[in-house]
Formats: sequence, structure tokens, C-alpha cells
Amino acid sequence: MTEMTGAEMVIAALADQGVEHLFGYPGGAVLPIYDALFDQNKVQHILVRHEQGAVHAAEGYARSTGKVGTVLVTSGPGATNAVTGLTDAFCDSIPLVVITGQVPTHLIGNDAFQECDTVGITRPCTKYSYLVKNIADLPRALHEAFHIAASGRPGPVVVDIPKDIQFAKGVYSRPKEFPHRGYRPKVKGDLDKIKQAVDMMAAAKRPLFYTGGGVINSGRAAGQLLRELVKITGFPITSTLMGLGAFPAADPQWLGMLGMHGTWEANWSMHDCDLMIAVGARFDDRITGRLDAFAPNSKKIHIDIDPSSINKNVKVDLGIVGDCAHVLEDMVRLWRASAVVPDKKALAAWWAQIEKWRGKNSLAYRNSNEIIKPQYAIERLYALTKDRDTYITTEVGQHQMWAAQFYQFQEPNRWMTSGGLGTMGYGLPAAVGVQIAHPHSLVIDIAGEASVLMTMQEMSTAVQYDLPIKIFIINNQYMGMVRQWQELLHGGRYAHSYTEALPDFVKLAEAYHAHGIRCTRPGELDEKIREMIEVKKPVLFDCVVDPAENCFPMIPSGRAHNEMLLGDATVRVEDAITEAGKVMV
Amino acid sequence: MNTASTTHYPAMTISQPVESRTLCVLVDNEPGVLARVIGLFSGRGYNIDSLTVSETEHEKHLSRITIATRGTPMVIEQIKNQLDRLVPVHRVVDITSAGPSLQRELAMIKVRGKGEERMEALRLADAFRARVIDATNESFVFELTGATDKIDSFVNLMLPLGLVEVSRTGVAAISRGPEGM
Repeated sequence: MTEMTGAEMVIAALADQGVEHLFGYPGGAVLPIYDALFDQNKVQHILVRHEQGAVHAAEGYARSTGKVGTVLVTSGPGATNAVTGLTDAFCDSIPLVVITGQVPTHLIGNDAFQECDTVGITRPCTKYSYLVKNIADLPRALHEAFHIAASGRPGPVVVDIPKDIQFAKGVYSRPKEFPHRGYRPKVKGDLDKIKQAVDMMAAAKRPLFYTGGGVINSGRAAGQLLRELVKITGFPITSTLMGLGAFPAADPQWLGMLGMHGTWEANWSMHDCDLMIAVGARFDDRITGRLDAFAPNSKKIHIDIDPSSINKNVKVDLGIVGDCAHVLEDMVRLWRASAVVPDKKALAAWWAQIEKWRGKNSLAYRNSNEIIKPQYAIERLYALTKDRDTYITTEVGQHQMWAAQFYQFQEPNRWMTSGGLGTMGYGLPAAVGVQIAHPHSLVIDIAGEASVLMTMQEMSTAVQYDLPIKIFIINNQYMGMVRQWQELLHGGRYAHSYTEALPDFVKLAEAYHAHGIRCTRPGELDEKIREMIEVKKPVLFDCVVDPAENCFPMIPSGRAHNEMLLGDATVRVEDAITEAGKVMV
Repeated sequence: MNTASTTHYPAMTISQPVESRTLCVLVDNEPGVLARVIGLFSGRGYNIDSLTVSETEHEKHLSRITIATRGTPMVIEQIKNQLDRLVPVHRVVDITSAGPSLQRELAMIKVRGKGEERMEALRLADAFRARVIDATNESFVFELTGATDKIDSFVNLMLPLGLVEVSRTGVAAISRGPEGM
């Protein structure tokens, strides 16, 4: 119980929550908090160049550590610039506490300078938000924000603090218990249902694990338990974009990513399975494709901490509400205790079928000695970094899908990508956040040249804090995924997807006092990637690739999992998409 | 337009019949809670047929929101789960499917007229057990309590008799029997 100002309370609460790093940008309405930051050394502030960058950096920090990411921005434009990051974190269930300054309470609603309705604007894109109008409420709001952000299905929480509250004096204490009265996420799964799930699994002939970001969010234990359950059952496993790394890609039971750009074997297994065990995945439309043809002959079990994820897009046969780690622990225990023997013969036949699909080698591409194929670039990047302590972030588009396909993740929390919202410009600031959390690790943003220009200014942050992030730009001069859809859906009319005036990325790197590398030929790729790794500076790596390459496999518009297109196109791509497919992208 | 064929988003290929439900939602009486509930409905494209809200337990700082809505069974389940997910929401009960329930609305109906039309309005009000709460030489204000369809029919009857305006509270609902929500 100590008397202090609201601004000091913010720092005290952050320190009490174990926050070491705070990403932010000062401004008029948060000056008291910046003043309180000035003479303390518990919390290190990282000055970004744009508030969106602060939020993505905090996301990268959170995803790679499992901790809550924290952000401090000013009112008005500071808050509105943070909205993209908040929405991104909301879509991908990333725990953040974002503190925003607000105009003094007596000016709220008066259209004051740099005023905006922060809570109103962020209400649909946060898990919860506070506008603290009384100094006595501030300690509780701050600590509750951390609790809400991290518990249950994680998400971003905004605490909007008017400037007069930052100056006001009050008594600070850390509340012992702070469950918001109506907020009680269910963590333990219903044992009867888990028993039922184990029985269904024992009876299955063509089972499949379909896992997602929930396993990563649940923590290390969930990943370990998932590995154990997959081992003892002998079932195949696939995962969403968000779930990569929860199960090691090197394992023979791993089928690769599923969905729109998933592997042939993963998507066919989804289509033909008779039991789908969804763990911390949400049946997103990039996964399901056409709903009436989605895994038509399967029973479905869905484990999720968020009841609203169950039966949202796809009606399941058994929904289990609970945290992945808890439910998987019970499943492993019950499976081991269960006397039921799985149908070994059926499983063997199922695996034989899967191996046939795998034999299709659906990620195959035609390599070239003349021009760098983007897939080849990522394969080489993987080969040259896999034995290091590496973290990968991405931007959004073709390069992101190729990274998901060709970079093999063996561990959780190593892969930071914008899944739900699909935010171009995510990867560079996210890499900043990851490198802050892991100063001695190799942090690489696999980028597209269009995406990375959206948040390029954060190179300046990387240089300021000596963060040796590697920005590996797959430069095809196009918004590649847009160009691919225009080729497939719009008759090759490439409306505004070509960037005619790109900067010279090597000179740009130099302008930022970073290191620039350009690579144009496959033969020099390995050497230049090694150079990138060795340089102890932020690097912009301009990897000039084939501009015409498309990302396959691809489930074309509105089709089912078994109607995938492959790169070596036995089906002509144009024939596979009908006129009506051009209605939406 | 044949949306079922191909869009880059999956087409709506599964359709179910639409049902009407009344949900009772117990929430913390804090600023912005109604905006959260309404924002959820508008943001996710759910219907609101009627909405009432008032503090019901002052000491506990709790309000009760009653929402009449429509949707397929899957959408109704979504609405319940999405509401339950909101931090200040304590409980959500689907009063329609939880058992027998009572639903009432209060309406105040202003009718202007003279002579036989005026007498007819008064006779009908009597038949509907509507009370006269204001009268002038040329108008009445009736107060009527009842289920939504009863109020609808009364309002329809008043239409040709000089209906001026209607003010309705929206549906309040409670379950029958000794148990609380």
C-alpha cells in the first residue's frame, strides 16, 4: 500500500507483472507515464517508429515467449494506429496489454486535440477494454488486464488512461484476487466427454489429428502432451498455419500443413478421415473450403477453450470445452488406461493410403539454374539455419505460404505469422519483438517486398537497439498472392499488383545504417545466406526471385479438399475455376 | 446469383430453418456493457427483434438484458456462446428453450379521434384490458401490457381509429416456476 501517481502505478503494475520490455511511442496524453519511465530501470522501453509496429513487436514478443506483450501509446492517432495490431492479436488470440493515453476526463467527449473514443473504436477488436476514470480503479484495472489477456482464450486488452488520472495520486496495491466477476474461463475438460472421445478414437479406422494455434497458446506442456498422444495412438497429424511447430515436422506421422495451400496428403486425409480430432483449431474458412463437402464421412471431436469456437462453422459430434493441455493430459491418461485396442489393420490400411498421397510430392516445383525459385530460396534458408537457434516471422502472401510449406518447424513458439487477419507488414516489427525477447537467437523475417514496405520504418528501431534481425525478402516485384489470384480468377489482368518503383533494398539498408545484400542467382544463394547470418547487424536481404511463380497446392475457389490443384498442373488451372468464382476473392 | 458454386470464401452450402428465441443476459452494470452486447449483434450480423435493459440487482450491480432474436439453431448457439464470452456477462439463458416462460411488453398507445371512432377505440381497449392513462376531448393514451402479439393486434386495430403513436418497452421475460436463472 503506497501512495503514488497514476503514472507511477502503471510502471509499478508492469513491474509487478514481471514485464521487462514495453514497446511504445510517446505523445501528449502519455507524457506523465513517460516521465515515470524516465527514472526507473525495471521496465525497458523500446521506442518504435509507428504504433502499429509497437503492437506487432509486442505480438512477436508474446508469441515467442508465451508471456503477455505490452504496449504504451498516446491518445488519438496513437490509439488508432494501434488498431491493426490489436485486431491482428485478437484474430490470432495473442495476449497483449495495450495502455493508451486519453485526454483529461473533463475533456472527454469534447472533440479535444488528439481525442478519439479509444474504447469505442477498439471494442470489437479487443478481448476487453477499460477507460479508467477514477484513480482508485487504476491498480485493479491494470492487473485485471493482464489476467484477462493471458487466461482462457488469450487476447489483447486495452487500458485507456486519461491524462488527469495519470497525474492523480492514489493508493497502489496489487490485488490478491482479481477475477472479473463474470469472467471464469473453463480450463478442465468434462471427463465424461473425454472418455467418450477416447472411445471414439479407439474405434476409428481412419483417424486424424487436426491441430491449431490453441496448442501453442496453451503452453509447452500442451505441445509435449500432443506429441505423446500422437505417438501412443499412432494417428496421423496435420495442423493449421497457426499451429506449426506444436508437432515436429521431421516426424513421420506429420502430414504437413492443411488448408488452401496445404499438402496433398493433409487435405486428402481431412477429406477421407472417419474421425477428426480438432485440438485448438477453429475450422477457419481457409481450412474447411466448401462446407458441405468438408470431411463428409467423418465424426468430429473438437477441443477448444472457447465455447463459441465449437459448432461455429462446422457442426461437430463431440465438443469438449477446456484448455488443450488439460484435456490432452486427461486423454493421454485415459488412452493408456483404456483396455480398448485400436483396429491395427484398419490403421495400417489408412497409413498405406496416406503414403500413396504423400508419394504425390505435392510441394514439388521446377527448379532453375538461371533464376531463383522462391521455394528453393526458403529450402536453402532452412537448410542453412535449421541447426541454429532460429525464430521465423513472416509477412503475408505467397512467401508466407512457401515459408509454411518449406521451413520445417520442430518446436512451438518458433513461428510468428499473421494468420487470422493476414496483416501485411506484420513480420518486420514482429521480428523486432522476437529479437528483444531472444537477443542471442537468429531471428529471420521471411518477407515479401510489398509487405515489408508497409512497416519498413521499424528497421530504424532495429538499428537503434542493435537487433540483428534478418529481413529475407522474397522479391518478385508483385503482390504475389494478388497476382496469383488475378492470373487464376481474373484472366491475367494484373490490375495494380505490380510495383513499378521499388527501392534499392541494399541502399535502403545502408540508409538505415543496416547491412544490405542482393542475390539474383541460385548459385550464389548459399554464400549470401551465410553472409546474412554472420553479419552482426540488421540485414535487408533482397532475394530476387522468379516473378511468375505460383503457390501450390491450392484448393481453388469454393472447392473441397479433394479438388486441389497441383503445381505440375495435370488439370489446367483456368478450367478449374468457373465464372462465379470471380465474384469474390 | 449462384453463390454455391465458387467464391474464394466458401459458399453458404448448409441451410437450416430460422427460429425465434428470447435470451436473458445477466451483466455487470458498467459503462459500455450495452454497447458490447449490441456491437456483438451488429458486428456478427445477428438479428435483434427487441431489446430491453435495466438494472435489476442494485447491490450486486447487475443488470438484466432481454433480447428477442432470430436465427438458425447453430446461429442461436453462437449468439449464446459469443455473449457468454464477453467479460462483463455473467449468465446467458435461452428462456424460450429452457422451459415454460412468461414474456411481457408494456405499450403506451396514443389515439386521436371523435365520435363513433373514439367510442370504438374505448370499447376495444376495454376488450384488451388496456387502461386509459390520459384523455382529452379528442384523444386517449392507452396503457397495455401483454405478449408481443397481443400488443401487435391492438395496435393494428387502432390503426384505422386514429392511431397517432406507439411507445413500447420491448420484451421482458422470466421463467415459470420457483427457480431463478
